[in-house]
Amino acid sequence: MGETFDWLTSSEQWSGPAGIPARLVEHIWYSALGVVIAALIAFPAGLLIGHTGRGSLAANSASNFWRALPTLGLVILVFRIEPLSIWPVIVALVVIAIPPILLNTEVGIRGIDPGIRDAARGMGMTGWQALWRVEVPLAMPLILAGLRSATGQVIATATIAAFVGLGGLGRFIIDGYSVRDIGEISGGAVVVALLALTVEGVFALLQRSLGPKEGRRRPRRVSGPAVQPEEVHA
Amino acid sequence: MNWGWLDRNLDTVLEDLSEHIQIALVSLLLGCLIAFPIGLIAYRWRAAYGPLLAITQVLYTVPSLALFVLLINAVGIGQTPVIIGLTIYSLVILVRNLVEGLRAVPPDVIDAATAMGFRQTRRLFAVELPIALPAVVAGLRLACVSNISLVSVGALIGTGGLGQLFIHGFQIDNPIEIWTGIVVTIALALALDLLIVGGGRLLTPWTRAVR
Amino acid sequence: MITLHDVTKRYPDGTVAVGNLSLEMPSGEITVLLGSSGCGKTTTLRMINRLIEPTSGRIDLDGKDVGAVPVHELRRGIGYVIQQSGLFPHRTVAENIGVVPKLLGWDRKRQRARALELIELVGLDQNMADRFPSQLSGGQQQRVGVARALAADPPVLLMDEPFGAVDPVRRGALQHEFKRLQRDLGKTVVFVTHDVDEAVLLGDRIAIMEQGGVVAQFGPPEALLAQPASDFVAEFIGGTRGIKLLSLRPAHAVPYVELGAGGMQGWTVRTDDGGRPAAWVRPGAPDVPVEAVRPDGTLRDLLDSAIASPARAAVRVDEQGVLLGAVPFDTLEDHLPQPARTTAEA
Repeated sequence: MGETFDWLTSSEQWSGPAGIPARLVEHIWYSALGVVIAALIAFPAGLLIGHTGRGSLAANSASNFWRALPTLGLVILVFRIEPLSIWPVIVALVVIAIPPILLNTEVGIRGIDPGIRDAARGMGMTGWQALWRVEVPLAMPLILAGLRSATGQVIATATIAAFVGLGGLGRFIIDGYSVRDIGEISGGAVVVALLALTVEGVFALLQRSLGPKEGRRRPRRVSGPAVQPEEVHA
Repeated sequence: MNWGWLDRNLDTVLEDLSEHIQIALVSLLLGCLIAFPIGLIAYRWRAAYGPLLAITQVLYTVPSLALFVLLINAVGIGQTPVIIGLTIYSLVILVRNLVEGLRAVPPDVIDAATAMGFRQTRRLFAVELPIALPAVVAGLRLACVSNISLVSVGALIGTGGLGQLFIHGFQIDNPIEIWTGIVVTIALALALDLLIVGGGRLLTPWTRAVR
Repeated sequence: MITLHDVTKRYPDGTVAVGNLSLEMPSGEITVLLGSSGCGKTTTLRMINRLIEPTSGRIDLDGKDVGAVPVHELRRGIGYVIQQSGLFPHRTVAENIGVVPKLLGWDRKRQRARALELIELVGLDQNMADRFPSQLSGGQQQRVGVARALAADPPVLLMDEPFGAVDPVRRGALQHEFKRLQRDLGKTVVFVTHDVDEAVLLGDRIAIMEQGGVVAQFGPPEALLAQPASDFVAEFIGGTRGIKLLSLRPAHAVPYVELGAGGMQGWTVRTDDGGRPAAWVRPGAPDVPVEAVRPDGTLRDLLDSAIASPARAAVRVDEQGVLLGAVPFDTLEDHLPQPARTTAEA
């Protein structure tokens, strides 16, 4: 415990390219890249599948398979494809982030009372208008939950990716481990944990302010996954 | 490609496999054992559910590698920190699925059961829990697959399991070893998933009833 | 007999769902609690099996205070049927019916035998025994609900709008079948509904309730229809009180005449090979379909048949549907009930 505290408070950790702030920024940058790119792919796909109802089985089976893939293994594999660039690892992060966003968006859109969709069309909205003005706002809680879950997994995978040379906060843990510096290992773990908790907190606030009030009735499903369908850790 | 490697190192692979299974399943089991009473308490006392969820959510948010490291500080190296970490993760998923599954029991079914003369405990075990079973099974699947993936992460800080294979394979540039590790991990996850799904279906014949 | 002594249910926020209600529900009869939503009829029902505990007052079941018996014992002796049936989705039809017997400790064979017996009693096929509720239609589920309530042969049946969720076409069949069933079983039934026609059809006695569980009138259906005690009762029953009253008189009490060769006003009834009426016929005119009335029909059915007939006469048949004769309009008129006294004179 003491070594961790010493490490965290020693000034040299707070400056330079290998310091805490630098690594923190790197970590946030990689994670943000991963999530944003994944969202750009998964969000429209989820909307499409949820709205038309087609492709749901394929999406679900595929994600089942992805869940079984160990993230460390994935990171190592992609690194071997192109060892001198970080892009394969970013691709791995994107791949990890897609399932939660895709599935949550799909379930969110699909779970909307068909009566609401009907009413929107009846009021004269086109399919697109109904989608953006009515369905997406209603599905917002689940979509945000998917983003939240994806971000958590990406942050965690980016930490692990330090093993294959990626920067970020995982470096402290991996490098610390190789020289058996307990302060560095634990210190790194503490900072990563704090980052993850802060991001989670931001999302929680976002969900509270953006999500619509629970006015609509959710169709009851007695069998099947109870809450967020994709809550797998990385 | 060094195919011969596989023949020569089958023992190691199997050893890693059994260690992997051990850690993953022990955590899952512990998670179940602890999640059950906690879930029931959260279901009965609504006031407890919010805070409980908040606490478990906080623990769940900490990335696995970081959590394992912090746990090592507390309990030392070896399998224990990973088991504790994975138990916590499993707990979170299982408690939530159990409570939501119980809450999804149609209120008129509970009303009818009470009116027929069921006492609360008997009603819980004979009516509410069985109906909530599919949700619990879904949670078990999630937790199981998650655990199997995360045991590999533990290998980064010295715990056993199939992760050893890809780490070692990476370090000495032996693709066969890496691929073996990955394929066996995936196969294990899918096999256990199938087992849980199958078991779940056996226990819930009414969900498969066709009109 | 179920007796309510000055029963009140007041909620913490001050609302009085039921206020000082005293009512006597005779054994072996169907007592209907009739009223619009929120009037306290369901609350009253649920106080009998203590799903809701009264704030004050006493409810006696055959002389014994229901509050004095352990609640689980009490409930195992009372059948309970609700609108959504509340069938256990994870149990088969037979297992659902066997729930209370199982609670009472019956052995499996006895449970199963009883379940099969009741499945037949409520008009379902025996091969439904091992199906799950999700495989049944709404009407079938409700029948199972009734069977389940009857399984342990309780003397009392509490029913809360049990046929409300069934489509109107099938609801009629369920209502008539239940009425027939009750004739054989003779249970003490408390039946909650907001449907006046259902109340008139099924009730031996009807209690019309206003807000707060206040009984505006309590009596047999004829009394409510012929002599509504207040404007509220008259309004609730609605505009067709007179015609509703007709449905309480049995058709077999009205004499018919055999159709001679001359027929009535030139019209005769053509029958098929089995002697069942097919149509009203007259040379030179198109055939008119016949509305035939059986012995268990009502005066209302006779009136309907007569209005639909070109000869202004109702057609009577026997239980097998074979033509018996016709009832001319004059005869019907003689059998109409006396007009109601106005409330001012009462």
